[in-house]
Amino acid sequence: MSTRVMLDGNGAASEGLRLAKVRVISAYPITPQSPISEKLADFVVQGKLDAKYIRVESEHSAMCCAIGAQLTGVRAGTATSSVGLALMHEVLGVAAGCRVPIVMPVVNRSLVSPWSLWCDHQDAMAERDGGWMQLYAESAQEVLDLILIAYRTAEDARVQLPAMVCLDGFFLSHMSDAVYVPDQATVDAYLPPYVCHNFHLDPGDPVFINNLTPTVDYTEMRYQQAVAFRQAPEVLMEAMADFKKVFGRDYSMIEAYQCDDAEAVIVTLGSMSGTAKYTVDQLRAQGKKVGVLKITSYRPFPAGQIKQALAKVAVVGVMDRSPGYGAQVAPVATEVRAVLGGKPVQGFIAGLGGRDISPATFTKAFEKLLSQEITADVDWVDVKENALTIREVK
Amino acid sequence: MLTIKSESRGLIAHGVSACAGCGLELAARIILDVLGSNTVIVIPPGCAALFSGYGKETVTKIPGFQGNLESTAAYAAGIKAGFEVQGRGDIQVLGLAGDGATVDIGLQALSGALERGDKILYICYDNEAYMNTGIQGSGSTPLNAWTTTTPGGKSVYRKDMIGIVAAHKIPYAATASVGYVDDFKKKVEKAKAATAEGPAYIHVHAPCPTGWGSKPEHTIEVAKLAVQSLCWPLYEIVNGVNYKITVPVAKPKPVSEYLKLQKRFSGVDAKQVEAMQTAVELDYARLTKK
Ligand SMILES: Cc1ncc(C[n+]2csc(CCOP(=O)(O)OP(=O)(O)O)c2C)c(N)n1
Ligand code: SF4
Repeated sequence: MSTRVMLDGNGAASEGLRLAKVRVISAYPITPQSPISEKLADFVVQGKLDAKYIRVESEHSAMCCAIGAQLTGVRAGTATSSVGLALMHEVLGVAAGCRVPIVMPVVNRSLVSPWSLWCDHQDAMAERDGGWMQLYAESAQEVLDLILIAYRTAEDARVQLPAMVCLDGFFLSHMSDAVYVPDQATVDAYLPPYVCHNFHLDPGDPVFINNLTPTVDYTEMRYQQAVAFRQAPEVLMEAMADFKKVFGRDYSMIEAYQCDDAEAVIVTLGSMSGTAKYTVDQLRAQGKKVGVLKITSYRPFPAGQIKQALAKVAVVGVMDRSPGYGAQVAPVATEVRAVLGGKPVQGFIAGLGGRDISPATFTKAFEKLLSQEITADVDWVDVKENALTIREVK
Repeated sequence: MLTIKSESRGLIAHGVSACAGCGLELAARIILDVLGSNTVIVIPPGCAALFSGYGKETVTKIPGFQGNLESTAAYAAGIKAGFEVQGRGDIQVLGLAGDGATVDIGLQALSGALERGDKILYICYDNEAYMNTGIQGSGSTPLNAWTTTTPGGKSVYRKDMIGIVAAHKIPYAATASVGYVDDFKKKVEKAKAATAEGPAYIHVHAPCPTGWGSKPEHTIEVAKLAVQSLCWPLYEIVNGVNYKITVPVAKPKPVSEYLKLQKRFSGVDAKQVEAMQTAVELDYARLTKK
């Protein structure tokens, strides 16, 4: 049983954490994530969630509290965005290295400088190799569902890795949609209470966690994390298959939309995928054979699946919502290039600092691909012509 | 594998790789003796991290977590919350952090926990500098002391950490010294009891022969002299308002006597000593009026 409720992405994230029955919450407000912190506080006060709410003084402490609580054997929840995520950076590594399977909604927002309150993926991309799984949602429904799927995967004994469920600031966090909210009993059946399979703190069974580790063990402990990542896709796919059985909604690590006969495909993450699909429909109506490949699981990166899905596609583009300074192309494009070997892959950058990635932007990108004008350089596809004179100091 | 030939008496192993005469080592043993085994310890980097152990070996018989330099209090708060929601709120959660990890980089997380009333016990061992990284100055380094980042002697007064803590009006706060073990033990007991209500904080003066240039066999003497010269008064504060001197000093020894056992003050001239003397006397007078 589920009820259909109007929820924005933040509301869906809060419902996800509530249904996962987190027992300790430590969250610090930051636009556009603040409503998650507030909603969780409401749930606790209203008795809808049996948890302790720790009103922390920073994101750094929020993550530390969550780690500490989980180390005693309970699910802990927090959420953040942008500079909040950056402030957590040091301790995100602790959660990953100590194999504490926290699931955290990350409401994607640009990093400074310059200040921006709006969406792009620079915050999460800066953490992409830090040992956290990263799932990207396309809709509010996906936010809720991916949180439950992420818990199932993160807590599995074969994985034991923390996970971010990324949702685009404002585009998802503040946009209302009709969301199916499952009932607690069904969620409980899908997501049983947390069982810690790892070191934990208990005076009855003392162990010291996270002490100085000599070179003879360090590499091996890092390797254990790598193996966990290798095992994660299988577990994630199991969790998604089970999810379909229980809730009826279909998830996969990648979603290929109109890719079968496509001549040109653009790879996407997050909310832009909806716009991309819409654009594909428009262009298909004009007889242009285009498609979209949405990546839901960016970490673990589904290299094999991407390779297979794009095997027959002549020209591929990747729309990155982060700049990838100093690199050949931005982060997602870098990896897709590596997967596709010699095939030309056009890197596009768009949608920084909250700029909408509109159908017009996608159309421009598709046209470039269809005309086979691949450039080695990344294409800042939505940059204005007077870019270099904006706020110029003379 | 090591074969254990004799069990250590307390909750800390006999062999700890602290320097000879380390005040912190003594403090740690005293603290765990009083708290007992139903305790979880959080330690940041710093010399106290020696008590986390190395590799597969640990030094404590209680569970512990080595966190980050700035977040001992936040980890402790999370751990306490985790136990509380499981009906195990009786487990004592102890944060044991150096002056750098407390007075400087960790001040924010500590202040947050104190303000929220998290039921944790936080003990700062004050060796008056960053010792583990090689004797750099901290906010708790006293006036005129030499460190590698105050090579000409520290030109400003130390931070009044206990004053900052008291301003949070927590149930129990105290200064302590490894030179006054009975006083210290009593305070740990009181602090432990106070955590039933809210946070408790102890700031224990722990001489560091390595960083201070004192002789290892002088640690206790140096610690006692700090108290007797009014450089480290011993008192407790209940609810942030009720101050009580626990080791009154009727006839204070001159500051110079305390300084001369330590190399870190060797560059200090007579005028500076006089200024230090005046400052500690004023501080003590103010304290006794509170
Ligand atoms: C964020 C961060 N910055 C710097 C360090 C390096 N560091 C490790 S221990 C330490 C000094 C700790 O000093 P204190 O807390 O006074 O403890 P002590 O070494 O004196 O025992 C520093 C700066 C660190 N671990 N983390
Ligand atoms: S440097 Fe000082 S505080 Fe650190 S172990 Fe040695 S004596 Fe103790």
